[in-house]
Amino acid sequence: MVTNVTNLSRSGLYDWMAQRVSAVVLAVYTLFLLGYLIANPGLSYEQWHGLFSQNWMRIFSLLTLVALSVHAWVGMWTISTDYLTSMALGKSATVVRFLFQTVCGLAMFVLFVWGVQILWGL
Amino acid sequence: MSVNIAVNSKRPVNLDLRTIKLPVTAYTSIAHRISGIILFIAIAGLLWMLDSSLRSESGFEHVQDVFENPLVKFITWGVVSALLYHLVAGIRHLVMDAGIGEGLESGKRGAQAVIVIAAVLIVLLGVWIW
Repeated sequence: MVTNVTNLSRSGLYDWMAQRVSAVVLAVYTLFLLGYLIANPGLSYEQWHGLFSQNWMRIFSLLTLVALSVHAWVGMWTISTDYLTSMALGKSATVVRFLFQTVCGLAMFVLFVWGVQILWGL
Repeated sequence: MSVNIAVNSKRPVNLDLRTIKLPVTAYTSIAHRISGIILFIAIAGLLWMLDSSLRSESGFEHVQDVFENPLVKFITWGVVSALLYHLVAGIRHLVMDAGIGEGLESGKRGAQAVIVIAAVLIVLLGVWIW
């Protein structure tokens, strides 16, 4: 049994909801970007840069970046609490799991900041 | 009462997944998790592509050049395949949250549908990339 002290919202139901709301945002963005790339086979730099210079696209991308951070955290947290358990790892499970979650959380934070820099550093 | 008896009984419990014959729903579930981990790892590469391609015209061309490499093409195909699978399996989750396809038989059919739809999309993706 793994306690839920490290989960996103201290509530399994809220995490469940956050996972789904963020999933919808990610799905819409993915389909939009794939559709854009399929619709523009000979994409030029001006076109590509122009798309990401639009304010709505930056806001849409930032929203997706927030959704990605939430979604990735809940997903990696779920995996870590399912597999990095004392049944699998014995006494060191709590430490290993905590370290794993720290690395995931830190990595996602760095990626998030990098993403903001890409979007607003143009 | 009966719950307590079940929990406290000394019946052997086999939770070693490697020794259990898994139903199709278990495979789609595990694949959903594995594709999620692949995507988490891939975020850095995708952000690098976005960063370079937006920074300057030469960066944009550099990403295009890198993409000409067969190995890079293959990895991109793999990552976007993971994305497509994760997307299709995720949509099935939302459908099941709405109360559709939650039964034993309908759940199996849903899992099979995920495999077929994802496989078709992954093949089409390969055609598009190459």
